Amino acid sequence: MSRDKTLAEARRVLGICNACGYCNGFCDLFEAAKHRPRLADADLAHLANLCHACRNCLYACQYAPPHPFGVNVPRGLARMRQQSYVDGAWPRPLAALLEHSLLAALLVGLGAVGLLVGLVLMSVPAEVLFARQTGAGAFYRILPWSGMLAIGVVPLAWSGLAIGIGLRRAWRATRTAAAPVTLRALGMAVRDVLLLRNLSGGGPGCNDLDERLSHKRRWLHQTMVLGLLSSFAATVVATYYDHILGWEAPYPLLSVPVVLGTLGGLGMSLGIAGLLWLKWRGDRDPTAPEARHADYALLVLLLSVALTGLALLAWRDTAAMGLLLTVHLGGVLAFFLLLPYSKLVHAGYRFIALLIEAMERNERRDG
Amino acid sequence: MNHAPHRLSPPNPSATEPEVLVIGGGTAALCAAISARRAGASVCLLEQAPKGLRGGNTRHSRNLRFMHPGTTPLASGPYPVAEFRADLDRATGGTMDSTLTPLLIQHSADVPDWLEDAGVRFQPTASGVLPASRKTAFLLGGGKSMLNALYATAEGIGVEIQYAAEVRDLMIREGRLEQVLVAQGEQVRAWRPRAAIACCGGAQANRDWLRAQWGEAAAGFINRGTPFAEGQVLGSMLRQGAQPVGDPHSAYLVAVDARSPADDGGIVTRVRCMPAGIVVDRNGRRSHDEGGDTASTRYAVWGQRLAGYPGQIGYLILDARGMREAPPSLYPPISADGITTLAAALAIDPVALRTTIARYNAAVRPADQADDPAGWHTLGLDPPKSRQALPLTEPPFAAYPMRPGITFTYHGVRVDAQTRVRLGDGLAVENLFAAGMIMAPNIIGRGYVSGLAMTIGIVFGRLAGEEAARRVQG
Repeated sequence: MSRDKTLAEARRVLGICNACGYCNGFCDLFEAAKHRPRLADADLAHLANLCHACRNCLYACQYAPPHPFGVNVPRGLARMRQQSYVDGAWPRPLAALLEHSLLAALLVGLGAVGLLVGLVLMSVPAEVLFARQTGAGAFYRILPWSGMLAIGVVPLAWSGLAIGIGLRRAWRATRTAAAPVTLRALGMAVRDVLLLRNLSGGGPGCNDLDERLSHKRRWLHQTMVLGLLSSFAATVVATYYDHILGWEAPYPLLSVPVVLGTLGGLGMSLGIAGLLWLKWRGDRDPTAPEARHADYALLVLLLSVALTGLALLAWRDTAAMGLLLTVHLGGVLAFFLLLPYSKLVHAGYRFIALLIEAMERNERRDG
Repeated sequence: MNHAPHRLSPPNPSATEPEVLVIGGGTAALCAAISARRAGASVCLLEQAPKGLRGGNTRHSRNLRFMHPGTTPLASGPYPVAEFRADLDRATGGTMDSTLTPLLIQHSADVPDWLEDAGVRFQPTASGVLPASRKTAFLLGGGKSMLNALYATAEGIGVEIQYAAEVRDLMIREGRLEQVLVAQGEQVRAWRPRAAIACCGGAQANRDWLRAQWGEAAAGFINRGTPFAEGQVLGSMLRQGAQPVGDPHSAYLVAVDARSPADDGGIVTRVRCMPAGIVVDRNGRRSHDEGGDTASTRYAVWGQRLAGYPGQIGYLILDARGMREAPPSLYPPISADGITTLAAALAIDPVALRTTIARYNAAVRPADQADDPAGWHTLGLDPPKSRQALPLTEPPFAAYPMRPGITFTYHGVRVDAQTRVRLGDGLAVENLFAAGMIMAPNIIGRGYVSGLAMTIGIVFGRLAGEEAARRVQG
């Protein structure tokens, strides 16, 4: 769908919502739209990122297909959201990765794994790579610490820069009212993120799968996020052990990095498996193919990182460790590289939307 | 809609027939089906619409009126019996049925609890984003969310639901409903339920019926609600001697955008900002005080007025200042840089429109307090604009074309205290019940108060379901 058509459809649909307003108990979107009645391009980007794609408003809509108005807010805003990620991509040509998310995940994933496996095969003698390695420094006999650091830091720095530029653009474009950033607004936005308040349908839950309401997606998403954060924390602690305390990996099963990493891997796997199941089984009417593909791409990439991490833990004392470590780190590398060009950017865009909403709400209340 | 016995297939073996047949798929039908099923009867519900458009005009509704002597999270203050009664008295001119009205008011009190028990969710006033309402409770997500919950509940307890099932005719003999003629696709067959509950509303979507009541003017009406309210069942009952109630020549009309679809435009087609401008007919002339009604009742006042306009069309004329005040609308107004070009776009005589606006502007007098737009008024203009009469001088100019939008009709069947359909001789059909808009004129034969149709559907739907179940089991 062309950019113009995507914007026009989002504008048309939200224009009808602004004249109706029946759904304003589900989430913040509908009141927010009412306060931006012009529905300019920046308004649409803001509103699309405020939408958590919960689907309730489609099931509740008196104008949903087969009504001739054909109102489908979740789908229109999913497209609009995807468009806003593309618009914010830096550098511009890499926006193609967002537009072809499944292919991008496949190519970058295989490429990164292939690259690392190739490098390891070339640089590590087979009798080391395919032998059982145990004890302090076992991992570094496969990949030196400097190599691991490079896999982490270089792509992360690049991705941080690219995401930062995109978010800065979004912040400048969508912060249209004069409301100030306050600690209170930040607190409200953080709370909205932690509780996924806009994914609770005003209390009873959302149409995750079909007409029935549930809180499944909310719980699964947060389980996955906790898993991801826990895994990241494991890496940070391990780096601290290794670099500051001089304790070389691998660490014992009951050490902080291994416990955090295991819980993280399990949380991610569980959350992602559930989210994939919802996506697979759920009604597709409220979604758009491009958004669905982006979801699948990120979920599958993350799941493969989590599963290879768990496999590495399970078989680290065997001869398979060398290749498992390489494949796992290849997945991590692909994930880091794709950060700015994947669905993961939604975290930043949504936080900005929630923060702006909190700022404007406070301003209206106080001002 | 004629009797045509030769077209009937033989009645089905009674094994597949439900004890209670519910005709319709909106609020009243669902409440009737659920309560009859809960009382132990086997129940089948026939909805004329396909699944995607199920639910009659409940799909377009949002709130319901309920009596509550104390405070509740669902409304901004108490609404005692006497006040409910007084509101109905005022709206209907005291024409309400003296048996059914107390039932309605009493039973309205536990409507929210009953619905919540059936899976329906309300939006509390604490959400902070609702229109202020002391007398009505708002459904979270509106009427369609309620329908989804009630359909799920009905199916869960074993009510059989059939979509695209159109009841064409009933056969009533000697005070008993004998059979019901049902069309499903190509197939037409006679059902012989032990009891039936008619919950299928009025005839406002039926153009022939509208023409019969309103003559040529009917062509200028827009039906705001479901296209399935064609009145077959209402017509069938009346032809067979059911006692009519209400007035077939009147309807609840609301001013809607003339560009709206012929059916089903719902809430978003309303035109709301008459006090911000002036209203002219197709000849460019004013005929009513646009500042006279500023409460929400103005929608219906203008609907009635438009029905009397030539061609059933009127134009709300605004200038740039008025447009800034206008709430969001389904269609953008027709706008132009000047009055002459606007008149051309509306096919109104430009001289007439210019003259009307010039006279109006010349008659405008400021408010006593300069910062009070409501105090602006006209002097020496007939008809006057008594409030908010700001001059129309700031280009660009804009117009909303408007037509009467029919919401429901005031024509139904009389029912007794058990919701049984009454015949002309005063007796009731022993196994035919009615609930919802098809019998609402027993209570509301004219006028309206918001959220009442839903309450009538729920209260009398429940009652009819219980009575029908009692009947088939007794």
